Amino acid sequence: MDAPLIVRGLRRCSTRRFLAWMLPWAALLGVGLLAIGLCLVKGLNQTNMDNRFAFGLWIFLDLAVIALGAGAFFTGFLLYILRRHELSAVINSAVVIGFLCYSGAIGVLMVDVGQPLRAWFTFWHPNVHSMLTEVTFCITCYLTVLAFEYLPIVLKNRQLRRIPSFLVFEFELHKVMPVLAGVGTFLSFFHQGSLGGLYGVLRGRPFAFRDGFAIWPSTFFLFILSAIAVGPSFVLLTTWLVGKISGRTLVRPGVFQLLARISGWLLAVYVAAKCVDTLLWLNRTVPRTGAAPYQFYAWEPFGTWVLFVEIVAFGLAPALVFLSRRLRARTGWLVGAATLACAGVVTNRFVMTIQTLTVPTLPFEPYMLYWPSWQEVATFLAVVAYAVIVYSLSFRYLALFPQERELQQG
Amino acid sequence: MEGKAPAKARFGMVIDLDRCDGCGACMVACAVENNVPPARPSANDRTGLTWMRVHRATGGGPQGGDAVFIPVSCQHCGHHAPCVSVCPQNAVDVNPETGVVSQIPERCLGCRYCMAACPYHARYFNWWDPAWPAGTEAALNPEVSVRMRGVVEKCNFCHARWHAAKAKAAAAGKREIDPADYVPACVEACPNQAIVFGDLDDASSPAARLAREPHAFRLLDRLGTEPKVFYRSEREWVRRLGEADVAREAKEA
Repeated sequence: MDAPLIVRGLRRCSTRRFLAWMLPWAALLGVGLLAIGLCLVKGLNQTNMDNRFAFGLWIFLDLAVIALGAGAFFTGFLLYILRRHELSAVINSAVVIGFLCYSGAIGVLMVDVGQPLRAWFTFWHPNVHSMLTEVTFCITCYLTVLAFEYLPIVLKNRQLRRIPSFLVFEFELHKVMPVLAGVGTFLSFFHQGSLGGLYGVLRGRPFAFRDGFAIWPSTFFLFILSAIAVGPSFVLLTTWLVGKISGRTLVRPGVFQLLARISGWLLAVYVAAKCVDTLLWLNRTVPRTGAAPYQFYAWEPFGTWVLFVEIVAFGLAPALVFLSRRLRARTGWLVGAATLACAGVVTNRFVMTIQTLTVPTLPFEPYMLYWPSWQEVATFLAVVAYAVIVYSLSFRYLALFPQERELQQG
Repeated sequence: MEGKAPAKARFGMVIDLDRCDGCGACMVACAVENNVPPARPSANDRTGLTWMRVHRATGGGPQGGDAVFIPVSCQHCGHHAPCVSVCPQNAVDVNPETGVVSQIPERCLGCRYCMAACPYHARYFNWWDPAWPAGTEAALNPEVSVRMRGVVEKCNFCHARWHAAKAKAAAAGKREIDPADYVPACVEACPNQAIVFGDLDDASSPAARLAREPHAFRLLDRLGTEPKVFYRSEREWVRRLGEADVAREAKEA
């Protein structure tokens, strides 16, 4: 039924099967939109956040998806600036994923703030000392860049290409792509760092507070490093997953190997930096604030095991797998390591957003837990559903993997 | 922004914890003075609006059974207040005349970053639309604006009373306010006179004198936020409660 829309030469499942795949995601999106509506109309009393847990699941989601979405800018940087042409095989998919991650995060942020209609105030009355101002400016600018990077992929659709002006526009956009990649890289580096700085500057929260360089706490740099280390892993993982679900070979194995190697080296550097930072934080920064480091881990479920899992199991282990030529040649190890690496960055963002708030600062206040309400979970899942739906449509009707047709014929 | 010029005055308070019996009169007076709406039936201990909140701590004394009540409001940090620098749209302000840290609800986006930044957990979010039982709206303080849903609020040392004191001074042709005319509601309501308020830079004020006493201390002093709320107690274990590294019982609230 929709055959004229599908890229020439590519095989896609039947429309009926495609609709059957989309239906549960659409239902999930529908429930999520209901939850979002409740939060916007009735207020944030629909959530389980409170005055102590002022941030919850949504901020965690924002930080996690933005870190995972770093694959977009970093792949663009490697391809257009460092000229790693092998990555042209995944750049379109990476751009779509980046766009979905960032637009999803901004969408959730609009629900998360108490007065969404005042979002423009940040641009009108900006506090230049606030990391959140930097994040707001960079994320909105970068989402615009991503939209411009996504546009030529959409305009390449078989039917849209028939319109001459679209064809010309797409051609012109391609010419400025290296510029967009450069701008995107600059903006992304900054806001990935600012997201880390968001917590690192909280001197009133010794669990999150870090020393740093000039105005930037160490988390500024660690967030950049972890995001660019895991971005390629997420591109690898999603490409493999899409290939599995669709039953197609999308890229040559060499592309996976390259992504794994890049991720491996960066992850190794990140783990080393994270270890040094953790030691400095525990032995120098925390005592200076008057807090006792052991108290951060005195309360289960957030014991020292979280630190171990984050650094060793989800950091060092995947790095070693990626750096071993023998292990990364095996798909199981490769995909397993990419999953661990992604879990690592997600754990790190969880620790910074949620664990920070569980630890009380006043000695007569207790440790606290927080469980999200169904509205929060449904909103979270709506972002996942939105991403799956838009990605599925893009995969079906746009050329996300340039090598696919060639590999299919081969 | 803070830090540009030193405040003309540095209003603060000293709370004598040995006098506080936890009656909560300060909390009630604060809520009435500042038009803080009553809690919704679905609100809980963690979602209510309590600009002044009395905590109870135990564990001191010879048998460890001694208890103390600790009223905690915004501490009006005097040095790089954590909430001021983080607000993305300058909705937190330090009054250059009083040193009071105040929230501008009309500009607040409700991002709650300031709440995460505050080490004293002294900032509160309006999770609901403000509502009063029918008929009680007439008792609202006309000098204080009611805050809407979705914004953050907190203690401002009864800013409306400071304005009233200024107006009174101006009417009398004076430039400076009479300290007796500016007394926050919590100070006025305390039956044990446990709270003393005044300009900490005015060496002659009782608050400044008490703040310099050896038994005075501040909460989380080592964070370097220079709070303008001081506490005092003759009991050493109580004074130790101002320090973050005091061993606490690991329990979930």
